[in-house]
Amino acid sequence: MASLTATTRSTVLASGRRSRDTNLSSVVFLVGLWASLFFGVVVLLVLIVSTAIDALPRLDGPLVTDYYSGIRPEQTGFRAGIFGSMWLMLGTALLAVPLGIASALYLEEFANRHRWYNKLIEVNLQNLAAVPSVVYGLLAVAAMSLLGFNQRGIVLGGAIALALLILPVVIITTREAVRAVPREIRDGSMALGATVWQTTWRQTLPSAVPGIATGTILGLSRAIGEAAPLLLLGVAIGVRFDPNGFLSVFTALPLQIYTSTSQSREEFQTAAAAAIIVLLVMILGMNALAIFIRNKFQRTW
Amino acid sequence: MTHMTTLPQTLPTLATEDAERPLPDAPPDPVIEAFGLNVFYGDFHAVHDVNLSFGKNEITALIGPSGCGKSTVLRCLNRMNDLVPSARVEGEITYHGQNIYAKGVDPIAVRTHIGMVFQKPNPFPKSIYDNIAYGPRVIGMKVDDMDEVVEQALRSAALWDEVKDKLKQSAYGLSGGQQQRLCIARTIATKPDVILMDEPCSALDPIATSRIEDLMVGLRQDFTIIIVTHNMQQAARVSDRTAFFTARPDETTGNRTGLLVEYDLTSRIFTNPHDKRTEDYISGRFG
Repeated sequence: MASLTATTRSTVLASGRRSRDTNLSSVVFLVGLWASLFFGVVVLLVLIVSTAIDALPRLDGPLVTDYYSGIRPEQTGFRAGIFGSMWLMLGTALLAVPLGIASALYLEEFANRHRWYNKLIEVNLQNLAAVPSVVYGLLAVAAMSLLGFNQRGIVLGGAIALALLILPVVIITTREAVRAVPREIRDGSMALGATVWQTTWRQTLPSAVPGIATGTILGLSRAIGEAAPLLLLGVAIGVRFDPNGFLSVFTALPLQIYTSTSQSREEFQTAAAAAIIVLLVMILGMNALAIFIRNKFQRTW
Repeated sequence: MTHMTTLPQTLPTLATEDAERPLPDAPPDPVIEAFGLNVFYGDFHAVHDVNLSFGKNEITALIGPSGCGKSTVLRCLNRMNDLVPSARVEGEITYHGQNIYAKGVDPIAVRTHIGMVFQKPNPFPKSIYDNIAYGPRVIGMKVDDMDEVVEQALRSAALWDEVKDKLKQSAYGLSGGQQQRLCIARTIATKPDVILMDEPCSALDPIATSRIEDLMVGLRQDFTIIIVTHNMQQAARVSDRTAFFTARPDETTGNRTGLLVEYDLTSRIFTNPHDKRTEDYISGRFG
């Protein structure tokens, strides 16, 4: 061990002992962190692998090209659910994105933060993000009956429920994206004689697009897995045709998975596992799109 | 004040009620004038009772220590302070005799006449061409040939030769000094009458700074320029007139309120200031 005399400080750097960065408490702490990480990852991995193994016999063409069949469960397919979920996502995006962006722009660019009603909106928005999805399903049921639609379980109803569900997420992420656009850009535009509206439309919004797109897609990939609000809306399960519009009766993939798992026959369990894999692939695809958009359009100031 | 006696009597003087603060030499042809300008941010009194006039085709420098309100005054001149929600302006600022704070005056219209260049170069995340074309487009300027407008603006800002082959490239690829000249060109493109510059060189290196200074001196032929600067040498080099501001702490709250100490020809401010505070500041004893 290097010694220190009273007058000169040792300049020996290699002490022969372990660095303080690798002593016992540091190592224990690090192991604790790793363990926490592994817990989540391992559970997820086990879940996916066991589902994939269950699904193996049914990862075939008819799974995505055929309709639901109660008579021949070994050939049952989820075509209606896949198309239904796609229509549902389209409808949800069409409702949630314009509303979300408009709300976020109002709150960030136009609202006076000191007014009580704007504060109230802020608080409400935070709380809306925590409302269970079933509640939005109920709301959508009410909205549909108020709008005068007698047909239950159509795409529009589901889209209203899911749009309400992801609206807070879209608003919050859009606000973050808008806030990230530097003040200097707005000032530069205003100083040239642009109006607030022109500045928002031509500078702030285009600069915020990557953030908005990412947030929206992540919101949608949360919505695509929702079954509860759709159950409340009376969305059918044994649909044997492709939906052809927002007013079409449809079924959704998570609902079909939910009902398949509750069937007693083995073939349905296998089919459900395979459908879960399909749903996972759809979600992964959406998240990949979000990452792609973020990386392609990301700006550094 | 005893200093009054040293004033050359041949020069016209601005009438002022405040004997503490002589305004010895008004510009002959004022474009913008401020009368009793007071600015508040909420309860905070940022600028106290400023009277100033800015001459046509002159460069006027606003100098003073940090927090003396010079940038605040500048931002009042084209109503950019309107964008600060808590800001309140009292007094009058006239542009060719019209009060720009009068009822019915559109701040957007004010800004098309009085442009502004900021401290940090702030090009838009667009191409060089679109940066210049943006202003004429948003204010609905009648333009026969946008290419011509862009070229003229870039030439006026001494940037054309450096960027003429990459007009479609992002403005973010330019150096800091080029970006700042682009911002000046962008302002020129909207054909303003006055250009306000808020410490335009503080983020630039000395060579880029010197190019901007040369540019300013050239632009004086066509524009009235008002510049806020921390750099006293810069004020001495480029400006025709200099206004010196300082901050006075409030006796009870300790908040620092900015006020105008002295306004005169730059040559006199830097060689023969009348106020002790000005002399201390320019000689580096304070601030």
